[in-house]
Parts: sequence; structure tokens; C-alpha cells
Amino acid sequence: MSTNPNVVQCIKNAAEKIHTSINKHEKPSMKFPIRALSNIRYRPKTGYFEMKGLRKTRTLTYNTVKTFAQTLRMMSLAKTLVETDDIATKRDAYYQSKAWAGARFDEQPESDTVMDDIEAFFEVNREQLGFIPDEHGGAVAGELVVLDRDQDTGSRLRIDCTKFGSGAYAVPNSVEHLGFETKAKFILAIETAGLFQRLVKHNFWRAADCILVSMGGVPTRACRRFIRRLSEQCSVPVYAFVDGDPYGFCNIYRTLKVGSGNAAHINKYFCVPNARFLGVTPSDIKEFNLEDATHPLKEVDIKRARDALKNDPFFKHHEPWQKAIKKMLKMGVRVEQQAFARHSLNYVIDTYLPAKLADPKKFLP
Amino acid sequence: MAASSSTGAVGGAVSRQRDLFSPPPAPPTEAKKRRSNASSIKKNAFSMAKEQREISIAEFFTKNRHLLGFDNPRKALLTTIKEGVDNALDACEEAGIMPVVTVEIIPLEKDDRYRIVVEDNGPGILKSQIPRIFGKLLYGSKFHRLKMSRGQQGIGISAAAMYGQLTTGKPVIVTSRHNPKKPAHYYEIMIDTKKNEPKIIADDEIDWDGRRRGTRVEIEMEARYQKGRLSVDRYLLQTALANPHVKLIFRAPGEKELVYTPTSNVMPEQPKEIKPHPHGIEVGALIYMLHETKSRTLKSFLNSDFSRVTSRVADEILDHAKLAAKARPSRIARQEADNLLAAIRKTKIMNPPTDCVAPIGEELILNTLKNRYEAEFYVAKTRSPSVYRGNPFVVEAGLAYGGKQPADKHVRVIRLANRVPLLYQQASCAVTRSIAAISWKNYGLSQSAGSLPVGPLTIMVHVGSVWVPFTSESKEGIAHYPEIIKEIKLALCECGRKLSTFVRKRRRAVEEHRKRSYIKLYIPHIGIALREILDLSKSQEAEVVETLTDVLERSRKG
Repeated sequence: MSTNPNVVQCIKNAAEKIHTSINKHEKPSMKFPIRALSNIRYRPKTGYFEMKGLRKTRTLTYNTVKTFAQTLRMMSLAKTLVETDDIATKRDAYYQSKAWAGARFDEQPESDTVMDDIEAFFEVNREQLGFIPDEHGGAVAGELVVLDRDQDTGSRLRIDCTKFGSGAYAVPNSVEHLGFETKAKFILAIETAGLFQRLVKHNFWRAADCILVSMGGVPTRACRRFIRRLSEQCSVPVYAFVDGDPYGFCNIYRTLKVGSGNAAHINKYFCVPNARFLGVTPSDIKEFNLEDATHPLKEVDIKRARDALKNDPFFKHHEPWQKAIKKMLKMGVRVEQQAFARHSLNYVIDTYLPAKLADPKKFLP
Repeated sequence: MAASSSTGAVGGAVSRQRDLFSPPPAPPTEAKKRRSNASSIKKNAFSMAKEQREISIAEFFTKNRHLLGFDNPRKALLTTIKEGVDNALDACEEAGIMPVVTVEIIPLEKDDRYRIVVEDNGPGILKSQIPRIFGKLLYGSKFHRLKMSRGQQGIGISAAAMYGQLTTGKPVIVTSRHNPKKPAHYYEIMIDTKKNEPKIIADDEIDWDGRRRGTRVEIEMEARYQKGRLSVDRYLLQTALANPHVKLIFRAPGEKELVYTPTSNVMPEQPKEIKPHPHGIEVGALIYMLHETKSRTLKSFLNSDFSRVTSRVADEILDHAKLAAKARPSRIARQEADNLLAAIRKTKIMNPPTDCVAPIGEELILNTLKNRYEAEFYVAKTRSPSVYRGNPFVVEAGLAYGGKQPADKHVRVIRLANRVPLLYQQASCAVTRSIAAISWKNYGLSQSAGSLPVGPLTIMVHVGSVWVPFTSESKEGIAHYPEIIKEIKLALCECGRKLSTFVRKRRRAVEEHRKRSYIKLYIPHIGIALREILDLSKSQEAEVVETLTDVLERSRKG
């Protein structure tokens, strides 16, 4: 992925168009791609979500004047950032708006939405506009050397991810410049920091010859991009190990593998199409005697699962997934990846993971 | 002024006696005899007879002062002033004099003690009548007639005098002059509470500061002067509202003199006096009328003592009652009054004439509301007269909406009966009930079910009748007659419909303004952003803002 040198020109063109229609005494409008699953197509060949190209037109009216003004001011901020080669986190951008008097944002989610709109409007990713996320991109430990450059001197840095002891390497917000050296057999992408800590503590990566990545819930774009580049450059398979619940399947795993419905124009880069689902699957509950370590599905879980079966192009395409979700709905329970502690604290290391890794072909797509 | 003793007075006293007396004790049974110990004195008819004696109405009052509105010092003050002002206005109007009434509350040295003065420019009172009017309860001119007037029972001012006497031991002082060529009479009167007779303490003739006519009443009493919803101030304000032709002067302790100047120079039409309508009569009153009538035959009694009983209707009644037209009324009174009443109820009789009720009038209501309340919208409605239980009545309503009235509180309700403001017992009054029964949401106000609406609104309701049915003798709330409630609701709904048109129009205007200022808030930011992105000049930016504002406003109107 390359930075687009024409971002500034794009912003100018958009503004020029608006200016022209105002001068013609017409109501200006902007066309935004619709950011929702309804505008998403799943291409099994390429392996990620793509936009269908549906657009909504936001015409300047009484109802839209506030968002319209905020969008334009945000674009102006982006232009300044790119021109001065500066960056602003999403939170920074939110605070910048506080100087806009009446047009200021009251809550950060409002400014995030406008930012996502602009990103989709120009079909770029927000880093190209000078905006970076607040959260870091995940933690890494295991058989991996990351090649980076010193921020001041530009000299080459070799970061050995086996040398962090009980800690881990933090994935930076931008990963495009990184290089990798590894001989690991696979990458294990883990949902919770808790389980990641357990695996690091017992040096699971050494025993299994792998790279451990903690996603900390839904993986950030940087995290997805990091895993994607690592996996593609070094031809290492990616296995996801998340909670056995609708959120784990539909939000964490689905986003890791094919990207999000919200920012589909950039999924091309921010997804890991060759990821496979190790667990926890609904059938693991019986296989590993976890029946008494489950929780009943909540109403939101059931709604999310049904919604996935009905509307999510990814799950609609993969029959094994439909079976798994239906099975979970039938059982009416969810299971967390830490549930194995029911047997013993290290059961997951000693029994579960080796048993699963013995046959990766059984993993869900 | 009627000098004969009245039904109401007698009837009232009789019924109250019954209330006071416990039922006659049953003869002691064997069991009771055994149980009663030696020290208890057994009663018999003779010993009981010694205890049985007449209760004067004055004695009755001393025990039941709350019935007449003297429950507490604050209310006593209001009731006294109310009775004084009511009488003054009635007298002035009957004599065709534009009323000027002065009310003065003078604090005395002793705490909680005040001298209350009500003075009018009315026709004055004959010297011979003064003692009885002020020193005898239930003496008056208004009880025996059916005419729309403020006072009804002849109990008010003498009750106030009695209250003053009870709490301070001081007489009521009355000065009155009815003839400018003669000196004024000056009286100090006390009430003999046992006999319900006046006792004259001082009787003088004075030259009354050159005042030509009028009456001045001074009563010293234990009272409390306090402002607020149930205050004298509020009563006088509402009196001015209901009587735009009256000039009111009010001197309160420690305050500047307050003058309500008249907003109308037209004397209200004097309501006509009418005879009772047969459908409104009850058996006791019928018996009394049969006794007292000057007619010699039953038919002529029916014909001449009631309204709307023509010769044909009288025949019909007699036919229903199977009574002879020539029967003596006094005989019927003893034996067949019940039959007669049943026959009257069976007979269809035309409603009573309604020209005996005089409304304030829509125009005057509007005028006074505008004068007394700062609001944005006013509406008034006078219904045509109607009838309940044989008594004609008329309902009027007025609304004053908006202005500085609080929008988050219950509406202000002004209740008037025969032009007299009602302050107490708001919750149990038919007016309040009617207001709460209307769905004000339809008219643009908020309201929780079964209670008064909330909004910047003053609601005025006037019920005028030859006999306003009050819930108690202290005349504080109007009784719930379905006919009255229906008329109040109809009057209010008519006003409400006009109000809702206004409220909606105003709401639209507010919305319009809000939208315009909303647009004006954000459009400059579009200008700023475009200038920043496209390096526009300040004048280009201003042009963008101006054009956009124009485009948006035009599109919204189109």
C-alpha cells in the first residue's frame, strides 16, 4: 500500500465542486459510499469484503447542515495535516474541533464517524489523511525478528521477539515499513490478553514453534495489516483462537479474516484472508468436556448470531460456519477460551492446543 | 329588606339542631340498669326536658365557625373582607351607583390583632336597620328572593362581626349615611349570642367628613395578614377582574395604597328577580310556600307564585296530583304536599326565563384580562344561559395565554361565582373538576390525566346564577351539578379551540426561527472550511455564506 500523494488534490477537487454548485445557487451535495453490510460483497477468490458501490448522496439541507459543515472542516484539517506532514490521533482531531465553536463535536464517536465518512469518500485509509488511531495494534511474542528503522538515525533495527521475557513486542500504528524474519510454523492470533499472558509465561511459542499475537478484542487495522504482511511475506499460516461466542465469530474472527463492513474500501489491505479458525468451536464443548463451564447465550448474542446467518455475506458463503452457528444456537450456550481452566490452569497448553494443532485441516474456514 | 323570619333560617336552624342533638336516649334496659353504678344519675323525660332548650344561631356559630369560613385567623381576615366587599358592591349596584370601595387592614398594638375597615359610596342603610343587619345572624334581603347577587344568605357580615366580638370582645362599628342633607349615623353594636339580637353600645350622629352617602364598617379581630394564593390581595385582584366597573382601594399594613381603577364605565345590567321554578323546589320549601302564600286557591298559588306555570300547566299539575283547583293552599301544606311535588315533577314545564342572569360579557372579560394579566393571547366566551334544578345559570370563560406566566407550572385558575372570587376549596370545586376533565393536550398544553393542565395560562371561569349551589355556607366551591359542569366544559372547549390555533401558529413561528438560527450557526463553518481548502479570499468566503443561506432558506420555503 502506498501513500497517495494526491490526497490534497482530492480534497481540493471535492471542495471545488461544492464551491461551484454554491456559486450556481444550487444546493451542494457529496456522495458517500454506504458503510454497512448491505453494501458488502464477499469474494471468496480474493478472500475479503468488497464494496458493492452503493452510495448515498448527502445534499446540504436544514437536516444535514451540521454534519456537512463538520465534514468540510474535518477535510480542511486533513489537508493541513498532509501538507505539513503531521499526524493527529482520532482523539486529537476531536479536540481540534473544540475550536470550531458551534460546529464542535460533543462526543468522540461523532468525530470518528465523520472521519470514517471522509475516508470512505476519498477511498483512502485514514492514515493517508494524517489521522491515526489511539489504540496500539496488538502484542507479539515468539519466533520472529521484526526489521524496523531507528526513528532518528534511520539505521536498521532487528527486534527479536523471543527476547521480551515475560513482556511482548507492541505492533506500531503503521506497519508498512516493517520487514520480517521467521521460521515459525504458524501464527496464533489470540483474543484475550489473559490467555496470551499464560502462553507467553509458559513459552508456548517455543514448544509449538510459533508466533503469538494478542489482538485484544476486535483486531485493529494495524494488527490485521501486521499479521497479513507477516503471513504473506514469510508464508506462515494464521490460526485464530477466540471465545466460542457470536462476538468471537462474527466480530473478531470475521473482521480479522475479511475485514469490516464499516470501512470496506480499505479491507483489501486490512484483512487476513488465509486465517483459519482454531477454536473455540461449539463442538469443542462436548469434545473437551466443557458443558459445565459454559454460559447461556444472552439476547444480544442470539440476535447477533441470527443476524450473521441472515445478512453477513461471509457466513452466508461458508456452510461449515452456518452449521457451527446453528449448533451453538441450538445448544444455547457460549464458551470462553479461558473455560479450559475448569480442568486445570494449563490444560489449554498441555491438552487442548496440541490436540487441535494435530489436525489443522479440521479448522473452520 | 324583609323583616319576616325566613324559611331558610328556620329550616337551617332546625336541621342543625338535629345535627347537634344526639338521638333521644332509649329507655335503659335491664342489663344497663344492673351495670350502672349507684353514683350515676339516671335521666328521665323531666330531667332531660330541663336540658332541652333552643340553640340560638349565634351560639351555633361560635361552635361551628369553620362552616362560615372562620376556621383560622388568616381565613377569617379574608372572609370578613369578602363579606364586606360583597355587600358593598351589591348595595351600590342595586342603587345604580358606580361602586368605589376602600379596604383597609390596620395592625393594632397587640400581635395578630387588626382593625378591618370596608367603606363604600353606596346608598347607605336606614338607621333602624343598622343594628339588625350587623348584630343579628341570618338577617338580610337576599335569602328570600331568586336574584343573581353576591350575597345569598344574610349570614356573612354579621358572622364577621360576631367573630370579631368573640376574639376581641369589641363591638362592630358602623357609620352610614343615606341622605346627604342629614348627618351620618354612628353605631357600635354587639351581638347577644344567646338571643341572636343586636345590643347597641353607642348610637350617635356625626358629620362624616362631608361624605354624601355610603357605609363604613369597622371590625376589630384576631387575624393574620399574609400574601399568597389565598390572600386578601389575590381576592381583591380577582374582584377587580370580575367587576371591571368597580374602583377598589386597598391599604395593607406596611404597603403603599393600591388602587384598581375601573376599566369599564358601564354599570352592569341589574339582573331581574324571578319566582322559583317548580322543578327546582323541594318539599320543605313547597310546604313553606303553601303556608305563606297570599293566594286563596291552589291553582292561583301555582299560577302566581312560580315562574312558567300557566293556567294550563297548573291544571295539568292538579290533574296529575288529583287535587282540586279550589283547595286551600294551607290545607295542602299539611296533607298532600308530597303528592303535589310528585305531580309537579311529572309535569312538563318550560324552563325558567334566563334573562335573570347577567353575565360579565365577553368583551369586558377580554378587556380586564388584558388589563390585569400580561399575556400574548386572550379569548373569552359567554355561553347562553342554561338551567339546573330549575335555577337559571350562565357560564363564562376567559383565557390569557403566554407572556411571563410560568410554562412549567399548573395553570392559574380564577373561579368566580356571581362576580365573587372563590379562593378556597379549589380541588373540590366544579370549575376545577371541569378543567381537569378537558383534554388540554388537544389545545397545545401538557397535562397528566385527571389533573390541571401545565402551561403559561390563566383560566377564568364565571358561574352566574340566581342561586349558585355552593358546597358549604362559606361559599368556597361550586357543587357538582352535571348541567353546570357541562356548560363550563363547553365554554372552555370553545376558548381552547381558539387557543390551540394560536399556540400552533406560535409554535410554528418558534420552529421557523429555531431552524433559521440553526442554519445560521453552521453555514459560516462551510465558508471557513472552503476558504481554508481552496485559499479563498475573505470576500469570497462571505459570498459563499450569503449565497448558501439564501439557497437554503429559499428551498425550505419552497
